[in-house]
Amino acid sequence: MKLFGYHVPMMTSLILWIALWEILGQSGAALVLPPFSAVVERVFEIVPTPTYLKALAITAEAYLLGNLIAIVVGVPVGVLMGRSVIADRLLLPWVNIFLSAPLSALVPVIMVLFGLGMTTIVLTVVLFAVWIIVLDARAGARGISPSLVEMARSYGATPWQAFSKIYLWAALPEILAGIRLGCIRAVKGVIIGQLLVSIVGFGHLFEIYSSNFLMEHFWALVVTLFIFAFAIAEGLGYLERRVEYYAASRN
Amino acid sequence: MTARARPAIADTPIIEVKNLSKTYEGGVEALNDVSLDVPQGKLTTLLGPSGCGKTTLLKIIAGLIPSTKGEVRVSGRMVTGPGPDRAFVFQDFALMPWATVLRNVAFGLELRGVGREEREAVARRHIAEVGLAGFEHRHPHELSGGMRQRVGLARALAVDADVLLMDEPFSSVDEQTRRKFQEDMLSLLSARGKTVLFVTHSIEEAVYLSDRIVLLSRRPSRVAEVIEPDIRRGDDPEAIRRHPAYLDTVETIWQGLKRYLD
Ligand SMILES: Nc1ncnc2c1ncn2[C@@H]1O[C@H](COP(=O)(O)OP(=O)(O)OP(=O)(O)O)[C@@H](O)[C@H]1O
Ligand SMILES: [Mg+2]
Repeated sequence: MKLFGYHVPMMTSLILWIALWEILGQSGAALVLPPFSAVVERVFEIVPTPTYLKALAITAEAYLLGNLIAIVVGVPVGVLMGRSVIADRLLLPWVNIFLSAPLSALVPVIMVLFGLGMTTIVLTVVLFAVWIIVLDARAGARGISPSLVEMARSYGATPWQAFSKIYLWAALPEILAGIRLGCIRAVKGVIIGQLLVSIVGFGHLFEIYSSNFLMEHFWALVVTLFIFAFAIAEGLGYLERRVEYYAASRN
Repeated sequence: MTARARPAIADTPIIEVKNLSKTYEGGVEALNDVSLDVPQGKLTTLLGPSGCGKTTLLKIIAGLIPSTKGEVRVSGRMVTGPGPDRAFVFQDFALMPWATVLRNVAFGLELRGVGREEREAVARRHIAEVGLAGFEHRHPHELSGGMRQRVGLARALAVDADVLLMDEPFSSVDEQTRRKFQEDMLSLLSARGKTVLFVTHSIEEAVYLSDRIVLLSRRPSRVAEVIEPDIRRGDDPEAIRRHPAYLDTVETIWQGLKRYLD
């Protein structure tokens, strides 16, 4: 298997680190680090519980909703910036600031404005995901061939038609790349949002586990979240590679 | 002789350009007081040195860019933007790479809100007319340069505009394809009675195709000369290319261009 052959080196190093973790845990050297085997056992224990599944459902909902909002807002704004100099001048500085800002510091502000609930978590996801989506959509819109734009105008396209029939499609590879990166950042957003709000979803679970010093549970939760994040990134990467075929043939 | 036996060029102008000037932001003066008429139902060529403002003039007539001074009228109406009476054929085809030939050709009608069945029927007819029947469901990247340009032409024909504005429509196809394409275009356009204004670099092409040739001088360009080649078309194309009148006109233009270039 080629796929397997490709992953072997990564797996071996992972196994090494896990072995180290197990040894450290068994030795009891670090109080907060239980053995890996115990953590794995806990994973299978906590995942089927209703509390975990409910937290997962809430997280998934906030994640998907947040991404959806980020895409629906970010793509048109990015395309507008790419096509209009005025919009670009007005918005680009802000996009750049937020792109590199420590966004976690803004979550408390959202909390104050929108309370300790789903709204805050969804908005945190949007906050993390939207900027890169805007920036990539902008790059894609700037790269649209001028004659395609003139073609749309000369055949009488309205601004909406130009956007929905030309710009969106011509910039699609960049837009999708932005969405992929946005979705990866959104994972951070949804977790940080929940940790800070800490009465909803996984944040609530983390809160319970750590305040009761259930370190095995705590690490089991971390491991499952890492697996989800990795799966999301890989899945999106796979989708993007399939789109590259289109990108290569567009000229 | 039958195919393009038309009345002499005394008839009504469909495009009137009056005292048109264009200075781009940044100070490049592309056009300086250009005036010209394009007769209805004829083929008029813009010929001139590279960078003299041919594309600029064509795009102003198309309503794609504003002029600095002067005015353009098409069928008596002042041009303020693009309109359904004019269709543009782009030098680099400007096809949507994600759409099939069929959708590309039907695109002008799609934008006008014509129903799918109707616009595709019209598109199929024009695809067949430009010789691309059977390629309706291909994508542009599967076609050769000449075929793509035919798609661009079919798209312009499908909206049934009175005036076709073509920017170097043959420049990206090889010589053989070009001749075939030129002949096809001649017969197609003469059958339809369309007015064509097109830009070319090739003197031979201009003389072979046009009823009227507008020679532009070097930038900032003005109209240097208007030539109406006296050639009977519709005969054997090879015979035309050996005809003394054809060769004379080519020579005259050559001399003219050389003069304006110095
Ligand atoms: N958008 C623009 N901004 C500034 N200057 C421009 C712009 N477009 C064209 N020009 C300049 O205007 C002049 C005329 O350009 P234009 O493209 O109309 O020439 P052309 O006759 O079509 O040339 P070619 O034969 O090479 O196609 C050129 O000097 C060009 O550099
Ligand atoms: Mg040009």
